[in-house]
Amino acid sequence: MMPAIEICNVAKRYGALQALAGISLDITPGEFFGLLGPNGAGKTTLISIIAGLARADAGSVRIMGADVVTDYRRARRLLGVVPQELVFDPFFSVRETLRFQSGYFGLRRNDDWIDEILQHLDLSAKAGTNMRALSGGMKRRVLVAQALVHKPPVIVLDEPTAGVDVELRQGLWQFIRRLNRAGHTIVLTTHYLEEAEQLCSRIAMLKAGCIVALDSTRNLLARFSGLQLKLRLDRAALPEDPGVTVLAADGERFTLRLRDYAALESLLHRLRELGVQIQEFELAPPDLEEVFLRLTGNAPAAAEPRT
Amino acid sequence: MSGFAMLLYKELLRFWRVAFQTVAAPVLTALLYLVVFGQTLEGRVRVYDEASYSAFLLPGLVMMSVLQNAFANSSSSLIQSKITGNVIFLLLPPISYLEFFAAYLLASMARGLVVGLAVLGVSTPLVALPLAAPLWALAFALLGSAILGAMGVIAGIWADKFDQLAAFQNFVIMPLTFLSGVFYSIHSLPAFWQELSHLNPFFYMIDGFRYGFFGRSDFAPAASLAVVGASFVVLSAAALLLLRSGYKLRG
Repeated sequence: MMPAIEICNVAKRYGALQALAGISLDITPGEFFGLLGPNGAGKTTLISIIAGLARADAGSVRIMGADVVTDYRRARRLLGVVPQELVFDPFFSVRETLRFQSGYFGLRRNDDWIDEILQHLDLSAKAGTNMRALSGGMKRRVLVAQALVHKPPVIVLDEPTAGVDVELRQGLWQFIRRLNRAGHTIVLTTHYLEEAEQLCSRIAMLKAGCIVALDSTRNLLARFSGLQLKLRLDRAALPEDPGVTVLAADGERFTLRLRDYAALESLLHRLRELGVQIQEFELAPPDLEEVFLRLTGNAPAAAEPRT
Repeated sequence: MSGFAMLLYKELLRFWRVAFQTVAAPVLTALLYLVVFGQTLEGRVRVYDEASYSAFLLPGLVMMSVLQNAFANSSSSLIQSKITGNVIFLLLPPISYLEFFAAYLLASMARGLVVGLAVLGVSTPLVALPLAAPLWALAFALLGSAILGAMGVIAGIWADKFDQLAAFQNFVIMPLTFLSGVFYSIHSLPAFWQELSHLNPFFYMIDGFRYGFFGRSDFAPAASLAVVGASFVVLSAAALLLLRSGYKLRG
């Protein structure tokens, strides 16, 4: 099957900074793909090259087989991009903005589809409003609408929920999920790891211009993360178990990492054998943030409070 | 409709929406020049025996308005789009660099010509102006506005800040227009300054445009047209090369 996006040995340098160090990556049609990494890892550079906003020093990118440089007209028609910055043209209304964007893609009468997008994004009431008068969240939704005017099969969203409130974020994701179910390939960069965990079926993690992990979300979680267990026992006696790593021990209080649920069962079994009673028990499920931290050696780029 | 047609329409709408600022204001400026300079210098300066100084001045002011507004249109539109970041909406669609250039160029020419016609229209009742060779006037107005539109594209791509653009306007465009013979015939200048004026491409635009009204000029109109045409080719080529390379637009 032809990849939705085929990234082949893409390298990009800005002066002394190697922004991308020869990245190769295939994104399958219909996928919901996550691109994660700390600030400066090269996510936005990669997206810019995919979108034709920057030129790679080496390598090539194809959208559904169309090279973004040599066959840019076809490539750009196949691609919708939601930029990270909250940009708008202050001269025009929401509907005008969308009509212009349609026109740039050579679509003359696009109002039926524009109305449909506006409705899905809960913007119908704001169609005639000047862009300047919109709130940040609404401007963000207009950006999404602009990326969709030409019904692109491949949609790239660069940090689409940065600075967007919780309710709106949920609505936005519902809409993106629906697009994905309708067959659109979605590529997403985000700082919110829970979002990637919930939405993306496959994830690439970038660090310093290299891909440090590329796998299904489930495998990544299983491979790099584990269960975190906090225990208080009735005495300071913890049996050894190959599936259990002690992260912290303070008298009868223990913080443990379990390899998997089987390790939990085995631990409980041993405790029972020893006749040790559990006083407190707190189990945290696998967490993409753990994976992220271990792979990149960085705190997640978002210092924002997690909601 | 192609992306080019929509971009041209957008660029036209952009200045027309704020016509008070982009058309009415420069018309008023030109009228002030006409009234103040015309009144004070009338009778003191006589360039042509058969025409008043105001009549001599008016085509120069019209052309000056055409040139300045053509430059202002593409340069300010581009720098605004770059600074606000919305230029991305033009870089994502399948618009070629040639279409991009043509849309900005034609919108600049339109604004320059609209302002020029408005200056001419408003002044006609005040000043008796002959019209000896209108096609020459039209040719120079079209080419002059195109040259400044292309310069505006170059300046708009190059500048990162509004003050860089203002510097370009104040230190390049303004001196070249003022020293081009808008207000005087270069024959009234000392020999050295006359020679220097011949290096100023704006001189040929003004002089050739004036030929369209009086049927006479400092320099042969066909030769002026050749200079102006060559300037247009060079500047357009420069603008197109910049756009094709993605300079400052496609990192």
